[in-house]
Amino acid sequence: MKIQDHKNPQLPNLDELAMIPRDDSGPVFSEPWEASAFALVVQLSSENYFTWQEWVKILVEEIKEANLSENSYIRDHYYIHWLRALERICNDKGLLSSTEITTREEDWRRAYLNTEHGKPVALEAAFNNMQSSPDHKHEL
Amino acid sequence: MNEQHSHDHEHTEPPSSTELRVKSIESLLVEKGLVNSETIDKIIDTYETKVGPNIGKAIIARAWTDPQFKSDLLDKPDIAISAFAEIGGQGEQIRVLENTDQVHNLVVCTLCSCYPWPILGLPPVWYKSAPYRSRAVADPRGVLEQFGTTIPTNVEIRVWDSTSEMRYLVLPQRPEGTENWTEEQLIKLVSRNSMIGVEIVNPPTMGTVNE
Repeated sequence: MKIQDHKNPQLPNLDELAMIPRDDSGPVFSEPWEASAFALVVQLSSENYFTWQEWVKILVEEIKEANLSENSYIRDHYYIHWLRALERICNDKGLLSSTEITTREEDWRRAYLNTEHGKPVALEAAFNNMQSSPDHKHEL
Repeated sequence: MNEQHSHDHEHTEPPSSTELRVKSIESLLVEKGLVNSETIDKIIDTYETKVGPNIGKAIIARAWTDPQFKSDLLDKPDIAISAFAEIGGQGEQIRVLENTDQVHNLVVCTLCSCYPWPILGLPPVWYKSAPYRSRAVADPRGVLEQFGTTIPTNVEIRVWDSTSEMRYLVLPQRPEGTENWTEEQLIKLVSRNSMIGVEIVNPPTMGTVNE
């Protein structure tokens, strides 16, 4: 039953499908962040920041680009494509810039590091430790 | 990279860069008032638990028991389905594909993951995977084998590629031995996978007929 496509080695191996749960109640998300990324797109589209057609066009472009990537994490993870498309459409529509997102990502990282284990992590914690954040530029 | 971090307390290990990225986008969009957190949770909850494939199952069971509804479903799906769910929210149309003794239908979205959400909930993980998206067209019988489904060689397999404008719902064949079943009983037999076309609806096994 092993099916190898010798004629077209470009096609992903069918055996990979066997590693994904295919039962009827199989998961729709592998990790919680996927659900968040999904819901953000649905909400932005339903609030008319972009149309679903515009979204699908960008998602398809991202998937095509990712298929060429040497990095298998980027190539094979559907919600990574989704996330990259989300960043791109936010950027294209002037909702968020990449720099803004990267700055925020660093802030969140510092917030985790400055928060005692077991305590809830708030963004403010990023600015508690002046050593790791000399320019206290955010007012929250 | 955090090994040199030395405090007198145990810090919280940051999640992966991907998770931080999503968290960052979400918190920025919330701050700017473009989205709100409660709606995000509600969307996830709705698609994960409320919609699921239940609406699809109800539609199929109705089509199996009500010939007029079945004919409407095939001819004017938008109108027939509107009694069950609101569709077209993303500007999409839906088409219902009937499995017969001659034809078995299989649905895929080769480009991304277009799927009839309002009827089937969110697509399962395998539906979005590259092997399924590419192999369903090139080797549908091989893909069906992965799901334990063998379609006789004299039955034609038609593969339908979804788009953002057109989504498909497979109307599976009603299994033998269910002639006296009610709509409510039939609903429980229909599987999500059978409405995508990767499985058939199996005849009931002994003991599951009546409760």
